[in-house]
Amino acid sequence: MEYIDRLPAMDLMRSEKMMLVQLIIPVESAHRAVSYLGELGLLQFRDLNDDKSPFQRTFVNQVKRCAEMSRKLRFIKEQIHKAGLTPSPSPAPQPDIDLEELEIQLEEHEHGLIEMNANSEKLQQTYNELLEFKMVLQKAGDFLLSTGSHVATQETELAENIHVNDDYAETSSLLEQEMLPGPSNQTGVRFISGIICKSKVLRFERMLFRTTRGNMLFNQAPTDDQILDPATNELVEKIVFVVFFSGEQARVKILKICEAFGANCYPVAEDTIRRRQITREVLSHLSDLETTLEAGLRHRDKALISIGFHLAKWMNMVRREKAVYDTLNMLNFDVTKKCLVGEGWCPIFAKTKIQEALQRATTDSNSQVGVIFHVMHSVESPPTYFKTNHLTNAYQEIVDAYGVAKYQEANPAVYTIITFPFLFAVMFGDWGHGICLLLGALFLIAREKKLGSQKLGSFMEMLFGGRYVLLLMSLFSIYCGLIYNEFFSVPFHIFGNSAYRCRDTTCSDSRSVGLVKYQDTYPFGVDPSWRGSRSELPFLNSLKMKMSILFGIAQMNLGIILSYFNARYFGNSLDIKYQFVPQMIFLNSLFGYLSLLIIIKWCSGSQADLYHVMIYMFLSPFEDLGENKLFWGQNVLQVILLLLAVIAVPWMLFPKPFILKRLHTERFQGRSYTALGTSDIYDDEEPDSAREPHLEEFNFSEVFVHQMIHSIEFVLGAVSNTASYLRLWALSLAHSELSTVFYEKVLLLAWGYDNLVIRLVGLAVFSFATAFILLMMETLSAFLHALRLHWVEFQNKFYSGDGYKFRPFSFAALNEDED
Amino acid sequence: MYGFEALTFNIHGGYLEAIVRGYRSGLLTAADYNNLCQCETLDDIKMHLSATEYGSYLQNEPSPLHTTTIVEKCTLKLVDEYKHMLAQATEPLSTFLEYITYGHMIDNVVLIVTGTLHERDVQELLEKCHPLGMFDSIATLAVAQNMRELYRLVLVDTPLAPYFSECITSEDLDDMNIEIMRNTLYKAYLEDFYRFCKTLGGATAEIMSDLLAFEADRRAVNITINSIGTELTRDDRRKLYSNFGLLYPYGHEELAVCEDIDQVRAAMEKYPPYQSIFSKLSYGESQMLDKAFYEEEVKRLCLAFEQQFHYGVFFAYMRLREQEIRNLMWISECVAQNQKSRVHDSVVFIF
Repeated sequence: MEYIDRLPAMDLMRSEKMMLVQLIIPVESAHRAVSYLGELGLLQFRDLNDDKSPFQRTFVNQVKRCAEMSRKLRFIKEQIHKAGLTPSPSPAPQPDIDLEELEIQLEEHEHGLIEMNANSEKLQQTYNELLEFKMVLQKAGDFLLSTGSHVATQETELAENIHVNDDYAETSSLLEQEMLPGPSNQTGVRFISGIICKSKVLRFERMLFRTTRGNMLFNQAPTDDQILDPATNELVEKIVFVVFFSGEQARVKILKICEAFGANCYPVAEDTIRRRQITREVLSHLSDLETTLEAGLRHRDKALISIGFHLAKWMNMVRREKAVYDTLNMLNFDVTKKCLVGEGWCPIFAKTKIQEALQRATTDSNSQVGVIFHVMHSVESPPTYFKTNHLTNAYQEIVDAYGVAKYQEANPAVYTIITFPFLFAVMFGDWGHGICLLLGALFLIAREKKLGSQKLGSFMEMLFGGRYVLLLMSLFSIYCGLIYNEFFSVPFHIFGNSAYRCRDTTCSDSRSVGLVKYQDTYPFGVDPSWRGSRSELPFLNSLKMKMSILFGIAQMNLGIILSYFNARYFGNSLDIKYQFVPQMIFLNSLFGYLSLLIIIKWCSGSQADLYHVMIYMFLSPFEDLGENKLFWGQNVLQVILLLLAVIAVPWMLFPKPFILKRLHTERFQGRSYTALGTSDIYDDEEPDSAREPHLEEFNFSEVFVHQMIHSIEFVLGAVSNTASYLRLWALSLAHSELSTVFYEKVLLLAWGYDNLVIRLVGLAVFSFATAFILLMMETLSAFLHALRLHWVEFQNKFYSGDGYKFRPFSFAALNEDED
Repeated sequence: MYGFEALTFNIHGGYLEAIVRGYRSGLLTAADYNNLCQCETLDDIKMHLSATEYGSYLQNEPSPLHTTTIVEKCTLKLVDEYKHMLAQATEPLSTFLEYITYGHMIDNVVLIVTGTLHERDVQELLEKCHPLGMFDSIATLAVAQNMRELYRLVLVDTPLAPYFSECITSEDLDDMNIEIMRNTLYKAYLEDFYRFCKTLGGATAEIMSDLLAFEADRRAVNITINSIGTELTRDDRRKLYSNFGLLYPYGHEELAVCEDIDQVRAAMEKYPPYQSIFSKLSYGESQMLDKAFYEEEVKRLCLAFEQQFHYGVFFAYMRLREQEIRNLMWISECVAQNQKSRVHDSVVFIF
C-alpha cells in the first residue's frame, strides 16, 4: 500500500487540484486586471449575477458599445469582401489605440463608407437604367422596324423631334421623361416599351392580355447578357418588350401593371433617325458614368484597403474588450461600491501566476489599493481540468465525449492512449493497410502547422484532430498485422521459413493433411502456411476468440482496479470492502478462471473442450471432468470458485446500503438542533456562494435500489461484457475475409487474364475497394467498436463522468471560438 | 388511415414535425418576457433578444432601432422558418402549410385595396403587407376598380379565387363592402380549411377542427361586436358567420340579433368553453375581449403540441410565433413610447 503512495504522481491520472478563490478588485484597476487574467487564461469566473438579466448588469453599456463596434466591423468586413479585396494585416506595426479612439474611428469609417456607397449606388442605378435604356432602344428598334414603317408620319413629326431633342441634349432629364408613349400613328395604335425580369414575363403578358381583353400585341426579345437590376442591384436576365395597344384607358392600366411588375418603361422614338440620336446620347452618357463610377470605386477601394490593414487587429481588440466586459458583468459590487468582488476557480499551480498578473494590473493602473486574492473553502465540486498536449488531447476528447471526469477521479484517458489504438488494431490487423493509414497520419502530422492554422471542412477537421490517434492506430495495426501475418491479406515469410513442410513431394496444394512440422515454431505471429489451408479458419477463429476474451478480462480487471484506486483516493473504505473486493472475486472466479483455462490449454496443447468445462461448472459442479480435465485439483478449484462467485453477489448487494444507513443515523443522532447554529454563520455570505452547504436527505430505499441496480448490472455485465469483447474476433475476421475476397476474387482473377485492360480494371477495382471499403469504412467501424469497448465495457467499471469542464476566461480560447 | 397515423406519419411528416417542435422550443418564455418588460430602451430589447433565436436576425441592425425594424426582423425569421418547412414538405403537408398563409393573403388583399381606395402609394402599402401573404401579382391589385375586376384580373390566379364566388359584384369598392369582402373571404377560407383538415382525418382533423372552430367562433363574436350600430342588417351579419364551430347554428341565430355587448355576452355564456373568457370581463366591457380570446387561443395552441403525429403543430407553431411577434411589437411600442405601465395590457405569455 505504501508503495503505491510513493509512486510518482501521474499528471493525467487525476485532474488538476483546483481552488475557489475570491478576488476583491478596486474599480479603477478592474478592467486591466480582468484583461490580464484573460491573457493568462487560468481562471474560470463564476457568475455571481445569475439572477440579473443581461441589461441589468453593471457594464451593460460597454457591452452594448462593443456589440455596436463589432457590428460596424462586420459591416466593413462585408464591404471589403464585396469589393473583392482580401484584408491583410499591414506590414508596418501600428500604434496601439484605445477603445474610445477606435469607436470614433469606426464611426467615421462607417459613415464614410455608407456615404460613398450611397453615391456610387445612385450612380450605379443611373448607369443601370441607362444600360437598360440602351437595350430597349436596340431591341425595340428592331421591332419597330419590322412592324412596318410609318413613312407618312415621319415627315410631319420631324419638327417635333427637333424640339424634343433639344430637351435631351441640355439636361439629364432623359430618364424623367420615361413612359413617354410613342406618338400615335394613323391607326391610333400606341406602344409602350420597357424591360422586365425574365421570370416575370409570362405572368406579365397574361396580365396585360386580361386587362386589355386581348386588344394588344406583345413583342419580346431577350437581352444579350445579364444586367444589373437598378432596384435590387443584382444580376438578372431581362427581357425587352414592346406592347402595342390603343386607347388612353388601356395606357393607364398598362402603366400601372408595369409598375406593379417592376418593369421599367423607357420611351423609344418611332422613327429611326431620332432613335439613333438618342442611342448616341445614351452611349455617351454611359461612358461618362463609367469613368465616374470607376473613379468612385477606386476611391472606395483605397479607403477599404487602408481599413483592411487594421481590420483583423481591431476585430480582435473589440472581441477581447467585449469578453472583458462580459466577465466584469459576472462580478459583484461590494458594499462600499468601490470594489468589485469576483469568485472563480483556478488550478493551484496557477496561484502565483495569477497573483503576479493581478500585481501587474495594480501597478500598471496606478491604483492605491492592491487586488485582494484569497482562497475560499468550497462545498461545490470544482471543475475538471486536465493539462493535455497534442498527443493526449485527442484521447482526452474521446473520454470527454462520454462524460467529463468527476473532479480528481481516475482518468481513463491515461490507459485509452494505448488500449484504444491496440483494440482498434486487433480488429484492423493488416500491416499493408496499417502502412496506408500510417502514411496518412504522417502526412497530417507533417503538415500540422499549416493545417492547424487554416479552416478545414468538418470531415477534415475531425481527421486532423485525431491525427495522433490515427498514428498510434496505424502503428498498432502494423504490429497486429505482423502477428496475423497479413499484408493486404497476403502472408509473407518475414521471420524465417514456415515450420511446416510437405510430407512428400506429391503434395502440391499445401493442405494441412499433407504438411508436417519439421522445425521450430515460426518465431513471430501466425505461420504463413496456415493461409489457404483447410484448417485456416478454425485455427484463426479459435486463436482470435480466445485472445479477445483474454484482452477483455484484462481490461475489465484494469477497470475494477481503477475503481479501487478511486475509492482509495477519496478515502472510501466502504467501496473497497463491499464493492471492489466482491467484484474482483466475482469476475475472476468465473471469467478469470476461463482465462486461466485458455492459457493452460495453449501451453499444454490439450484438447479439452472449454465450453463443456465452463457450462458443466454451473450445471453439475461435482461431476468428474473426464477427458476435459486440464490440471490436478481442477474439480475442487471449480467448486470453490463457484462458491466464491455465489457469495460475492449478496456481498456487493446488501452490506453497503445498510452500513450507509447506520453511519447516517449515527452522524445525526441527537444533533438535530445544531443545524440552526451553523446556518447563522452562512447568513452573511452571498447567497450564490459556492460555500453554501447543502444538507442531503438520506433516503434508504433510494440508496438500496441504486445499489441493487449497480450489483445486478455488474453481475449481468460480467457475462455480457465478456461476450461483447468477442467483437474483436468478429471484426478482425470480417476484415481479413473482406480483404481476402478483394485480393483473390478481384486482383488475382484479373491477373489471370493475359489482357492489359482487364488487368488494369482489376487493379483499379482492387485499389478502390481497398481505399474506400477497407481503409475508410472498416477503419470507421473498427474505431466505433473500439470506442464502445472503452466507453461501455471498460469505463462502466469505475468511471462516473459527471464532472464539468474547466473553462477559464481566456483570450486564446475566444479567438478559437470565433474562427 | 384513421387512428393509425403513428404507423405511417413519420415516413413523410416525421422530420418536419421534429423541426417544428425544435422551433417551438425556441419560443420566448415567461422569464424572457419578464426581462423584456423591464427593458428601458429598444437597445435593451435588442440586447436581450440577441441571446435568443432572434439574435442573428438583429445583430447587424445599427442602433438606434425602431419598433418596425424589430418586428420586421422577427417576422423575417418566421418567414424563413416557414419557407424551410414548406420546401421540405410533401403532400398533403405542403397544402396544409399553404393553407396557413391564406389568411394573411386575404389581409394583404384587403390592405392593398383599401390603400388604393385612399390613394396611398402602392410601394408603401406593399411594405406593410405580411410577407407570408404575398403573391406574385399582388401589386396589380391597385388596377382594379370593382370586385369583378379584382377577381378577373388578379385573384383568379391566386388560391383565393374559389373563395371569391360569394362576393363578385360590379359595385364600386368602398370601405364597407371591402370589410364585407374580407369577412366573406375569411368565412370561405375557414370553411375550406376546415373541410380540408377533415379530409386529412385522424388526429389532424380532430385537433385542427377544434382550433378552427375556435377561430370561427372568435370571428363571429368580433363581427357581431364590430357590426353593432352599423347599417349591416341581421341577415347580412348572419351570412358572415362561418358554417361550423361551436356556435353553429343556434349561437349564430342569437348573435345575429344582438344589439349590444351585453347581449353578446348573454349569448356566449351559454357555451361553457367561452363562459370562462367572458367571466373575466366586467359588464359592458369589450376592450379586453381580444386579449382574453388570445390567451385562450394560446392555451389551445400549446395543447396541440401535447399530441404527436398530426399537422396541427404546424398551425399552432405559426400562430404562436405570430402571437410572440405581436407581443414583441407591443412591448417595443410601450418601451419606445415610454408607456411601460401599459406593457402588461396586451402581452400574452406563451409558456
